[in-house]
Amino acid sequence: MSAGSELKLPHLEAYPVHVSLFQDVTNAEFLKRQLLEGNAEYEYAFLDATTIISVNHVLAAVFRAINDSIHNRLKSRNVHSEIVFSLSPNNNIAESFRRFGVSDTTNTLLAIKVLNAPNSAVTRLDPASHLGSCVEGNRIEFSDENLKHSADLPRIRKIYKLNSSDNSKSKGKSAKSESTTNGVHNEAHELKEMEAVILGIMALKGS
Amino acid sequence: MAQSTTHTLPPPFNSSSTTPKPPLITQGAEALLYKTTYLTPSTPIALKHRPKKSYRHPTLDTRLTKARILAEARVLVKCKREGVVVPAVLGADWEEGWLACEWIEGKTIRAALDGYLKRDVGEEADLRGEGVRGLMGRIGVVLAKLHGIGVVHGDLTTSNLMVRQLEREGDGLESLSLGENREKGLEGEVVIIDFGLATQSVQDEDRAVDLYVLERAFGSTHPQAEGLFEEVLRVYGESYKGAKVVLRRLEDVRLRGRKKSMIG
Ligand SMILES: Nc1ncnc2c1ncn2[C@@H]1O[C@H](COP(=O)(O)OP(=O)(O)O)[C@@H](O)[C@H]1O
Ligand SMILES: [Mg+2]
Repeated sequence: MSAGSELKLPHLEAYPVHVSLFQDVTNAEFLKRQLLEGNAEYEYAFLDATTIISVNHVLAAVFRAINDSIHNRLKSRNVHSEIVFSLSPNNNIAESFRRFGVSDTTNTLLAIKVLNAPNSAVTRLDPASHLGSCVEGNRIEFSDENLKHSADLPRIRKIYKLNSSDNSKSKGKSAKSESTTNGVHNEAHELKEMEAVILGIMALKGS
Repeated sequence: MAQSTTHTLPPPFNSSSTTPKPPLITQGAEALLYKTTYLTPSTPIALKHRPKKSYRHPTLDTRLTKARILAEARVLVKCKREGVVVPAVLGADWEEGWLACEWIEGKTIRAALDGYLKRDVGEEADLRGEGVRGLMGRIGVVLAKLHGIGVVHGDLTTSNLMVRQLEREGDGLESLSLGENREKGLEGEVVIIDFGLATQSVQDEDRAVDLYVLERAFGSTHPQAEGLFEEVLRVYGESYKGAKVVLRRLEDVRLRGRKKSMIG
């Protein structure tokens, strides 16, 4: 059982971020409803972890949301909805919620809260214990290993329009990368490259 | 240039009390390059900042900065998508004028060749050595890959190509002989950086000029290693359909270059 993580992003130390990852969640429908009803105690980004590939994938969205919030250019309601929106490759807010947000059937849930977010209400609740009591599920460590386990790679590839690896390899014979010769290394390398493309797409979003 | 010590970083990179102030690595004509961390304290990045130019009209300046940041980021993402080895783009803010890229741990080709070619008096570097020829070949492959996806770099120099340092535990370089150490400096993946002047093109002429510019750069930073560039071209020529035509075109480009320097 994990207690969640409190992170400080380099350069954004003034806005600590709480992240909790839960598996075997049974009350996603309830949690989603709290967001829809605007329950002030539930100011979180609730993500479905199946469309998340890694820790950096999440942190890049959080960085973007906080930075845009500091610059007063949020495209959505607040910094928490902006985290969900920042994950999306396009500017369709509703679609970003369908793809990355909690759904009624979410099994692996990522809950994120930005503390001291600019222009957001001060909460007295400690997110770690509040989440512990309101999410029915098992909290596990927020790590690449656990996220990789729940990630639906074909779906993620589809959302970001990534060619499958075979596809890109067959393009040029000479294009073989030397670092992809053994199996284990190969998988890690491929995930890393996928993450790199995704972060690039997210960085260009809105341009 | 006069106030080179008073560069101000764009927010949020200027505000931290706990992350050390990012050191300035290089100062180009248009951009400043800093090393800092991003997303996690253990993720180093190269932060490229294009500061506001007070001599330009503010509206024009904002538009130009945005266009340049985005042009560079788009080419980097295209390369990464298509498997050309370049630094990953981790973040950007075109209004503030910054681009955050993966930090490549390693050396520029310029530094790697300097290290290899530097010898004591009377000693000569072996230009046919496997290590150095291997490195030239890997440059040829990566350039072929770049051109093969329809990108022309626009500013190929020995400082805009890097060799990624190999990650190896245990075998500390201290235990190696000087000769082995020199060879080690040539190993590792070749990474193309600095896409500030890159364009999308599949024209033989543009590709040939790209190679010509690098050939000239090799000649000026490492005149003693002139012959080495042939190996870059040899491997380039075998690495994608269309490469041979580009090499023939390169001969024309050289000829024009020579004529020009005779007249000029
Ligand atoms: N991603 C990177 N990782 C490590 N070093 C880098 C990176 N990008 C640039 N550098 C270093 O900084 C120098 C200048 O960066 P570059 O992008 O080429 O800017 P400029 O337009 O000023 O030439 C490079 O020659 C290299 O030594
Ligand atoms: Mg450069």
